[in-house]
Amino acid sequence: MEALVASAVGVMTAAGIFLILRRRTFPVILGLSLLTYAVNVFLFATGRLALNAPAVLNKYEDVPYTDPLPQALVLTAIVISFGMTAVIVMIALSAYLSSKDDHIDMSASDSVDAPGEDA
Amino acid sequence: MIFPYKIGTSLTAQTGVSHLSLFLIAALPFLGAVFPALLIRAGRNAAASAAGLTTFLALMGLLIHIPSVMRGDVVTARFDWIPGLGLNANFMLDGLGFLFALLILGIGLLIILYARFYLSREDPMGQFYTYLLLFQGAMVGIVLSDNILLLLIFWELTSLSSFLLIGYWRHLPEGRQGARMALAVTGSGGLAMIAGMLILGNIVGSYDLSVILQNKELIQASPYYLPALILILLGCFTKSAQFPFHFWLPHAMAAPTPVSAYLHSATMVKAGLFLMARMWPVLAGTDAWFYIVATTGLITMLLGAVIALFKDDLKALLAFSTVSHLGLVTMLLGFGTKIAAVAAIFHIINHATFKAALFMTAGIIDHETGTRDVKRLGGLRHLMPITFTIGTIAALSMAGLPPLNGFLSKEMMLEETVHTTWLHSHYLVPGLALLAALFSAAYSFRFVAHVFLGPERDDYPAHPHDPPVGLWLAPAFLVVLVVVIGLYSAAIVGPLVAVVSSAVIGGEKLPYYSLKLWHGFTPALYMSAVATLGGLFLLSLHKRGENLWNALPRPEAKTIFDAIIGGLTRLSRRITDELHNGVISRYAIILITFTVGLGYYAYATGTIGVETRIPLPAQPIPIIGWICLVGATLAIMWFHRNRLLSLVLIGVVGLIVSMAFNYLSAPDLALTQISVEVVTMILLLLSLNFLPTETPWDSSAPRRWRDAAISVVAGIGSGALIYALMMRDFAFPTISDFHLATSYKGGGGTNVVNVILVDFRGFDTFGEIIVLGIAALIIFALTEAVLSTNVRGYLLNRKPHWPQSGDSHPLMMVVATRVMMPIALMVGAYIFFRGHNQPGGGFIAGLIVAIAYLMQYMASGYTWAIERQRFYYHGTIGWGVLIAAATGLGAWFNDRPFLTSDFGYIHWPPLEEFEWATAILFDTGVFLAVLGAVMLALDSLSRFAWQPGMAQEFPMDINPLRDDPPEEEQEKEQA
Repeated sequence: MEALVASAVGVMTAAGIFLILRRRTFPVILGLSLLTYAVNVFLFATGRLALNAPAVLNKYEDVPYTDPLPQALVLTAIVISFGMTAVIVMIALSAYLSSKDDHIDMSASDSVDAPGEDA
Repeated sequence: MIFPYKIGTSLTAQTGVSHLSLFLIAALPFLGAVFPALLIRAGRNAAASAAGLTTFLALMGLLIHIPSVMRGDVVTARFDWIPGLGLNANFMLDGLGFLFALLILGIGLLIILYARFYLSREDPMGQFYTYLLLFQGAMVGIVLSDNILLLLIFWELTSLSSFLLIGYWRHLPEGRQGARMALAVTGSGGLAMIAGMLILGNIVGSYDLSVILQNKELIQASPYYLPALILILLGCFTKSAQFPFHFWLPHAMAAPTPVSAYLHSATMVKAGLFLMARMWPVLAGTDAWFYIVATTGLITMLLGAVIALFKDDLKALLAFSTVSHLGLVTMLLGFGTKIAAVAAIFHIINHATFKAALFMTAGIIDHETGTRDVKRLGGLRHLMPITFTIGTIAALSMAGLPPLNGFLSKEMMLEETVHTTWLHSHYLVPGLALLAALFSAAYSFRFVAHVFLGPERDDYPAHPHDPPVGLWLAPAFLVVLVVVIGLYSAAIVGPLVAVVSSAVIGGEKLPYYSLKLWHGFTPALYMSAVATLGGLFLLSLHKRGENLWNALPRPEAKTIFDAIIGGLTRLSRRITDELHNGVISRYAIILITFTVGLGYYAYATGTIGVETRIPLPAQPIPIIGWICLVGATLAIMWFHRNRLLSLVLIGVVGLIVSMAFNYLSAPDLALTQISVEVVTMILLLLSLNFLPTETPWDSSAPRRWRDAAISVVAGIGSGALIYALMMRDFAFPTISDFHLATSYKGGGGTNVVNVILVDFRGFDTFGEIIVLGIAALIIFALTEAVLSTNVRGYLLNRKPHWPQSGDSHPLMMVVATRVMMPIALMVGAYIFFRGHNQPGGGFIAGLIVAIAYLMQYMASGYTWAIERQRFYYHGTIGWGVLIAAATGLGAWFNDRPFLTSDFGYIHWPPLEEFEWATAILFDTGVFLAVLGAVMLALDSLSRFAWQPGMAQEFPMDINPLRDDPPEEEQEKEQA
């Protein structure tokens, strides 16, 4: 089971990074989403894997529990990463609609000379 | 829950009421700073009164400590702020702090009065007083701090607030440049000082001043003494405008005169002197201290005095004279003898009184004649008799004439120089000091002679006359002090000087001295006489001297400063341009390869323990899931150019991840992941509407291979790392056991994940909902910005990528979603309420309810949904954050730290006993914030899709003409 999780993390990381290195906005967004999955599963797995041991206390008998802390951290990470995905989607969209160009790299003509010292 | 450890918020009272008033004195100006900015709407008098009242209250707060300070007690107030860092908000009030606080608040009060009449109708006065109070608060903070880290914070605050004050006339380029220069010089000195203070704190092992001041031997024996000394002195010298950093002070004169009078007589530049005096007991007394501090002071004193004589601008003249006098005090402190320290303290008092009066006089002259150029003035004594009296007395005190207070401290200074040898020379220090005194007398006489004396002129820019009483009252008060201190020094300031001096020299026995005008025929008296006569003589030769001065080549500090700053700017710009060239994929590659390299380094150099865990068996269903996930991921890489397909595939990945969470005992995560998945898919699909549907090929094959190689290495690395981690037990006991053990007893919930979120780590969650809210607001703002440009026109006329269905709101879907709406809300409520004990909670409930609403948007259309929307989502986010904050604050009323929760059990027959926790209120806040953020984000995106024709369509309407291909339309028209 551990090998499955670890290899899945590895594959998702690799795919995510490959897509992040593309030059258009949409693949980069996809890559970030994949990387988010990978990171979330990674963080979750730092609590070690356990089957049928949710961290919900059982009043009636003594049962093992999984590590709740990584779960709590990952839970907020999932929600926050939705927020961040939404922000970059909007940035990508606005950039594309304003310039009709979805390259992520700045071309030479995009760079504006820095404003001079005021005198 | 009640934390097992105590969060340090204890006030250790020592002297009853008084400990609080120290906090109040430091806090009042900051609190009061709000009022002028608000009250300016009620008029200028209201703003000025608010500022004045604040200062007055702080001053009263200070004055009630007179008895204990005069007894030589040290009043302290302690508050452990961040004990882990040694950063305590400790304040102390001893003689030295008292004197400076008195100057800051007392002269501040006079300046507030003066500025009310000085500033013109066009100047935003509310802002002025706000800045002034901020600055005042920062200064008071410096002089009352008993912790050097706290002191550094206030020190930086003075740099920042003085920047605002100096640049107050932001329409003037000189103002902006002067402010920038002051900030650059004092700010960089402040940075050096931070380093020095940290070294000092490390040597002693405490950041508390009172502890540091007890450890003279330890500090001076340390090998780090010299670096610490130099770094701290850099801070002091830049702040107090000592050579070679003196140049910023004259440029700061572009500020309005009240600011100059305040910053450069009593406060800002005195901060450096204060710190030298404060650190005197532990830093002074070594050769390094003597040669650095005394020499710098001596050079500054002489240089400032010489330059001041040849300045025609009244404020520039005063600025350089301030530089010179600061040098004088620095030199005295640098001598390292106790009696010199007494003289330094006495001169600080005297200088503050006559210099503030002189600055205000210069301001009055500027205000009433329209110029402060000495060459255009003269003969004002009959036209402005009051100003003449005030200015002359103050200037003569600056020149050091008896019986004024300037004479007394200058005598003491000269007396001390006579006893000082510099590299075996007995004559160097007294000689140069005498020369400086001579120039000092000359420029003081010039101030009187060339402004007030001489014939009346008829070409003043404005007709000169004495100002209203509001303008001259403050300087007049100071001049009275100048005279009275001069005549009755021992009676009036004697006790104060004694208390302050003994605070400076570290509580040791004071040496013998007497504050009086006549000491007999001493060398100092002869030197004073020479200085005065020489000054008069020099003034009579001023014309010739000036020609000579102008003929001499002089380095212009501003040019050098500008060249250095310009060079630095060019250098950093070049570095930035090289590194940050806008190619984002390059940044990503650098980051990833660096991280991978770091990981490899850790792997190659570290040790890895043996595997201690037995792997779980892999059952068939997880293997199928794994195949789906890996297959979908690889397919995304392969087919990512087809964007719609890759979205479908990423949905598969998300689904399997959430199933995996469920399988691996994380039901909360599974619920969250699957609801986020739905929302994210809707978001990405909506955005794909506007983006190209295909990604073209634009990287070359080698580049793709390189990227593939990097990502494969990174993937193997992360996979191997987590595998290694999962196969081993924790090296140290984790906090999770504590969470499991106390979740029910302390937090009142059995779902430990939810209890962690809303209770143990509630503060994290609180921050996170704020971040989420901010993200949603960014999206909203971005939408507003984009839709206000010509993009809107493009969007309105846009043709969709794909053919649209004629039935935009299918009947089945509309009916189904409306029927499902109450059920979905029920599910949301159920998930919410069970959250504390069973999987669920605010985050998940928020997402579920958001999806319930989104279904209405999708089925019935944006227009239909928006017409039925009663609340703005901004408000929902705001309420969420406020409710969470209010729940947290509620703990304060029960004397518990922020966000401590409480719970109890309620038994209402026939219901089963159920539990009620304040955490559920907090979770309500989370719920609202998540709901609002998700809805605001998607709502903003939907606004892009809005087109005018859609408004006429209603749910369940069928419009057969919708999106007919144009050819058919033309055919129909032809037919």
